[in-house]
Amino acid sequence: MASESGRINMADLLLELFSEEIPARMQRKAGDDLKKLVTDALVDAGITYASAAAFSTPRRLTLTIDGLLKESPNTREERKGPRTDAPEKALDGFLRATGLNKDQLETRDDKKGQVYFAVIEKTGRPASDIIAEIVPNVIRNFPWPKSMRWGAGNLRWVRPLHSILCVLSDDDGNEVVSFDVDGIESSNLTAGHRFHAPQWFSVNNFENYRAELKKSYVILDPVERGEHIWEDAKNMAFAQGLELVEDAGLLAEVSGLVEWPVVLMGDIADDFKDLPPEVLITSMKEHQKFFSVKNPKKGRIEKFVTVANRETADQGATILAGNQKVLFARLSDAKFFWENDLRVSMDDMAAKLSNVTFHNKLGTQSERIERIAALAGELAPIVGADKDAAIKAAQIAKADLSSEMVYEFPELQGVMGRYYALAAGQGADIADACVEHYSPLGPNDDVPTSPVSVSVALADKIDTLTGFWAIDEKPTGSKDPFALRRAALGVIRLVLENDVRVNLGKIFEWGLIAHRSPRPNPKDEDDYTGLDKDMNLLSFFHDRLKVFLRDKGISHDIIDACLAMPNNDDFVLLVKRAEALQAFIKTDDGENLLQGFKRANNILTAEEKKDGVSYELDPDLKFAEDDAERELFAALDTAAKSIAPAIKSEDFAAAMQGMATLRTPIDAFFTAVQVNSENQMVRRNRLCLLNRIRNVMAQVADFTLIEG
Amino acid sequence: MAVAKPRSFQEIILRLQEYWAKHGCAIMQPYDMEVGAGTFHPATTLRALGNKSWAAAYVQPSRRPTDGRYGENPNRLQHYYQYQVIIKPSPPDLQELYLGSLEAIGVDMDMHDIRFVEDDWESPTLGAWGLGWEVWCDGMEVSQFTYFQQVGGHDCTPVSGELTYGLERLAMYVLGVDHVMDMPFNDPDATIPLKYRDVFEQTEQEYSRWNFDIADTDTLLQHFKDAEAECERILDAPHVDPKTGKSIIMAHPAYDQCIKASHLFNLLDARGVISVTERQAYIGRVRALAKMCADAFVQTDAGGAAAVVS
Repeated sequence: MASESGRINMADLLLELFSEEIPARMQRKAGDDLKKLVTDALVDAGITYASAAAFSTPRRLTLTIDGLLKESPNTREERKGPRTDAPEKALDGFLRATGLNKDQLETRDDKKGQVYFAVIEKTGRPASDIIAEIVPNVIRNFPWPKSMRWGAGNLRWVRPLHSILCVLSDDDGNEVVSFDVDGIESSNLTAGHRFHAPQWFSVNNFENYRAELKKSYVILDPVERGEHIWEDAKNMAFAQGLELVEDAGLLAEVSGLVEWPVVLMGDIADDFKDLPPEVLITSMKEHQKFFSVKNPKKGRIEKFVTVANRETADQGATILAGNQKVLFARLSDAKFFWENDLRVSMDDMAAKLSNVTFHNKLGTQSERIERIAALAGELAPIVGADKDAAIKAAQIAKADLSSEMVYEFPELQGVMGRYYALAAGQGADIADACVEHYSPLGPNDDVPTSPVSVSVALADKIDTLTGFWAIDEKPTGSKDPFALRRAALGVIRLVLENDVRVNLGKIFEWGLIAHRSPRPNPKDEDDYTGLDKDMNLLSFFHDRLKVFLRDKGISHDIIDACLAMPNNDDFVLLVKRAEALQAFIKTDDGENLLQGFKRANNILTAEEKKDGVSYELDPDLKFAEDDAERELFAALDTAAKSIAPAIKSEDFAAAMQGMATLRTPIDAFFTAVQVNSENQMVRRNRLCLLNRIRNVMAQVADFTLIEG
Repeated sequence: MAVAKPRSFQEIILRLQEYWAKHGCAIMQPYDMEVGAGTFHPATTLRALGNKSWAAAYVQPSRRPTDGRYGENPNRLQHYYQYQVIIKPSPPDLQELYLGSLEAIGVDMDMHDIRFVEDDWESPTLGAWGLGWEVWCDGMEVSQFTYFQQVGGHDCTPVSGELTYGLERLAMYVLGVDHVMDMPFNDPDATIPLKYRDVFEQTEQEYSRWNFDIADTDTLLQHFKDAEAECERILDAPHVDPKTGKSIIMAHPAYDQCIKASHLFNLLDARGVISVTERQAYIGRVRALAKMCADAFVQTDAGGAAAVVS
């Protein structure tokens, strides 16, 4: 057994916590937690190990640890204490900290006199003793998201805990690590599948445990169960020319509901095949945890896949028939909702929302929709949408919130609206807006592009933002209960990705004014101009924009330099400028020009401060003494002539080009010319020349804000 | 091993009664008030409180006005029966006992797929919650299985195990009936065989119409307020009864008013006159009553209060 000699001091641990059914969604994390808590505690106690793995089924959490030290090593620790003549209190504290008494301390000579020393020697302990302490502790303090008591006991677990298997094994044999948690004694016993193999049996080690479980109709590894389900389901669908609708979340959940997965495919009754596919998929998933099977040719959901937890003599025929019956009832309900909803006009659906409060300070859903419609109407010409279509779309986009289907399946909001709008004969653009006006929901969600959807999506989000701003419910720190940051990011993406040219400041003011009661005439400019001054909604947007652009590689100082320019509430313009500037600053010309600018600006600022004047007059070429100086005059004239029109036509690349021509003359100027000439006339003229540099460049961005 | 199949709805009820009687439960009768679920029966809600052991089982007619479908839906009814079992403290083999009850009513464990699927139970109106499952038989929810953790805001110590069977759905499944109205109520070979339809179809239509469209909301609202006021008045009464000289805390009469308020709320909800925001407020008002009743009950003998030394 020479090859095994490396393992001579090693053992393997198998731990199984056997309980009543653990919620599927908690199993994976519980396995990870079990592994981490036990292995961390072992390592803390000096027991190292080679590898560990956790598994879960509905009824068990299992941990296997390989290559554990059989004993923790002996340790010796020396700690220096107080001087022997130190006050009593210091010594007491030291004794408490070390857990020793005074007689056990050593006295040693130190530079300043005699000092107490504690020598703490710990003899190694058997791993089994350490495990017997650790495991009960882990069980008692397990981080379940929700735990419970049962019977007359006080132990908490996710569901009643019935048995603990804890076996330490090596090449010579195995032993039960013996302990007790609130009356549950550890053992080497486990049970198989609840119905197929309920009898208890003993196991020796992990391999034996895993193999015996499989014979007892339990696949221990959830990943293996998932793969098994997926393969079988896919093949069954494929064999009939159909496609399984992928759903990783559902697969993980279903894997946590069975120990012995048996995949069954069944039919959806013809009565229901014409329900919208989203309704079928959602209803089957939410209520029955069925996978949907699609006919790719017809785009319809025609079958379902269910996963049973057992085999039967009739190959699952009874189980499938039962499932089908339940589905029939569920889909009858869905059909009932669908048909009832189709009988109600969307205007009537929308009218019902007058009874529904959106927020107690922001009125009913109907009032909200009215505001959104008004705003969507204003935005329509800006985004290139038909005004009447935008208003109509906004009026019905949320109507499905009062439909029976959405009451039952809230996640179908918008999707149902589209179907109901189409059924009512609305155009595709209006129907699409029902779904799309909620977008984008996340940073990776698609942004709508159809103008009607864009106008309603913008109006919806701006109404929400201005509303919560008006009642002073702004996000603070990590608290953002109304997802206002997400809404702002949505506005930013809608504007940028659709190239919407608009001064949002004005739109925010429209939005804010709509939350005033009584509502003033939105055409009365005086009433709302400057309304956002104290509200700072635009600066909130600027912060969101910085985060958004930082992810796109534009640094915060570049953004600041652009935010300082006029029309900074036109985000398309702002971003164009920032992108061009960022690109320019990265070039050699850009970097050097920035240095030149800084030098000019520093000198000018210092001299202006010293002299108490501003050097704002036009410099005069006739006072130029040096060639480099004269060349700078010429370069500035040329640059100014190209930059101004480029900025005006928003051709920022050309503007940057114009600026790049300044780099060499500015560098040459500083090399050849001493600004602070003895001749006051010459000096003033040169300072005014520096000011000219500043002015020409200020047309593009505020370079004083750029770092570097 | 397979048990002979029952032949009617009532036979299933009778077998459950027999099974749970055999396993030590007091077989009680339905509570004589309109409730939304068997849990509302004081034999569950109130008896789950305090430290006294308890075991009871009973049928409870239950009313869910919003579930009315005029008798047309194959298994949705505004009036149906629940079978309720409560055992305190919950025995360690409660899952096995439960599965035994399914076998007793003719569910062949070898042919069906029984699953315990997470479903934490919470009754916002009762201020109660527990952890457990809905039990699935071939994908159909046939029971609710809950370990009560709190009722009326009080921790349950010991913990009660509660089982609730939706009788119609379970029976339809066992009897192989697709539409509830087609289910034999008594034995099909009886002199006068009756189907569920013969007993309940007409009432489903009548109540669906009344629940959704006719019930007078002003009256219901007034009744709600009355029940609320009466509940508070009952509990405000001094504990010592001047007539008998005994301490008589009237937890049960007060709780009756709480049940009433809860059902009136359900009716108002079905009439569609309660907005989303109001909804929470109403539920909160019923919960406040339930909590007061629970507070009162734990001061009584049945609620486990130490005997008063006189």
